Amino acid sequence: MNKTKILLNGLIKENPTFVLLLGMCPTLGTTTSAMGGLGMGLSTLFVLICSNVVISMVKSIIPDKVRIPAFIVIIATFVTILQLCMQAYLPELYATLGLFIPLIVVNCILLGRAEAFAAKHTPGESFFDGLGIGLGFTVALTLLGCVREFLGTGHIFGRPIYPEEYGSLIFILAPGAFIVLGFLIAIIHSIKTR
Amino acid sequence: MLTYISIFITAIFVNNIVLSQFLGICPFLGVSKRIDSALGMGAAVTFVMTLSTIVTYLLQTYLLMPLGLDYMQTIVFILVIAALVQLLEIIIKKIAPALYQALGVFLPLITTNCTILGVALIVIQKNMTLLESTVYAISTALGFTLALVLFAGMREQMSLSSIPKAMQGTPIALVAAGLLAMAFMGFSGIKIG
Repeated sequence: MNKTKILLNGLIKENPTFVLLLGMCPTLGTTTSAMGGLGMGLSTLFVLICSNVVISMVKSIIPDKVRIPAFIVIIATFVTILQLCMQAYLPELYATLGLFIPLIVVNCILLGRAEAFAAKHTPGESFFDGLGIGLGFTVALTLLGCVREFLGTGHIFGRPIYPEEYGSLIFILAPGAFIVLGFLIAIIHSIKTR
Repeated sequence: MLTYISIFITAIFVNNIVLSQFLGICPFLGVSKRIDSALGMGAAVTFVMTLSTIVTYLLQTYLLMPLGLDYMQTIVFILVIAALVQLLEIIIKKIAPALYQALGVFLPLITTNCTILGVALIVIQKNMTLLESTVYAISTALGFTLALVLFAGMREQMSLSSIPKAMQGTPIALVAAGLLAMAFMGFSGIKIG
């Protein structure tokens, strides 16, 4: 299969957040700021690429019956590596994302791609699938983070755009996450169907 | 006693797992089209969450901590939860076929429900005792069920109204969830003890 096609498929046609609606918990939970969204997206990207490549390399030696637990162990290993590295080198970001880093293990995007793509394709193709889907997730989370941070505090990536007192706090709080994501998906739907 | 009441009320209303902590959104959006399936999912989650929290808590305190294997936490916990769900499925099928009929379809979905792993990790982060953890797990699961059932009720009503084409399906469900979350924010002033 064509590598660019796999990449674009993950980024646009099968965008995990806006089209497949997978991995909703980190999507809503970590996007109070653009930085949080970007950090979470890149963390998931890292685990997704590693797990996709490793799973496609070992797929032929895993018996079919225990493949799901085996996939979970592979994913959990990379999540633990990420967790330890972040604690050591990026303690601030780790504190912001908190519980959502170990919870990458149960993000359905990872197991979904392992089962639907990596278990059937070569390591090379799986790498590009991981990159495409991971970038699609990162772009979606960063976009959601930007919109929420902009509406809530008037900042984007911490840079002031308009005075903070005009921002409406609700977009930073829990309800804003649901509402902004709902409208973003609706906008994408209407652009697509036009 | 007051501590337990405080944990109970806080976990259900103030820090509702779905509406203010964003865990378990997938089943929240997926299994909330009808009230009866929402209740079934809620019951299954309550059952698994309570058991898995107790088991992972004991493993952490008596196995991982003494051996200095804390960094294996994520891997061990997810495997224990997956095994527990599988085991429960087999046991329930054998001894209570009626219950299996009601909960069966929801059990496999629970392994990847992030509330289960989330609660197992939260109780250890917060240094709770075994009893506190158990109360926390039960009340969180009840909070999850409450959110799910309320939301299912809203969606049953919503299916009767006419909605702009672009907003149909997930977008309107997310906006409705946002309004429900806003309603739950009203509880945030409650303080006990």
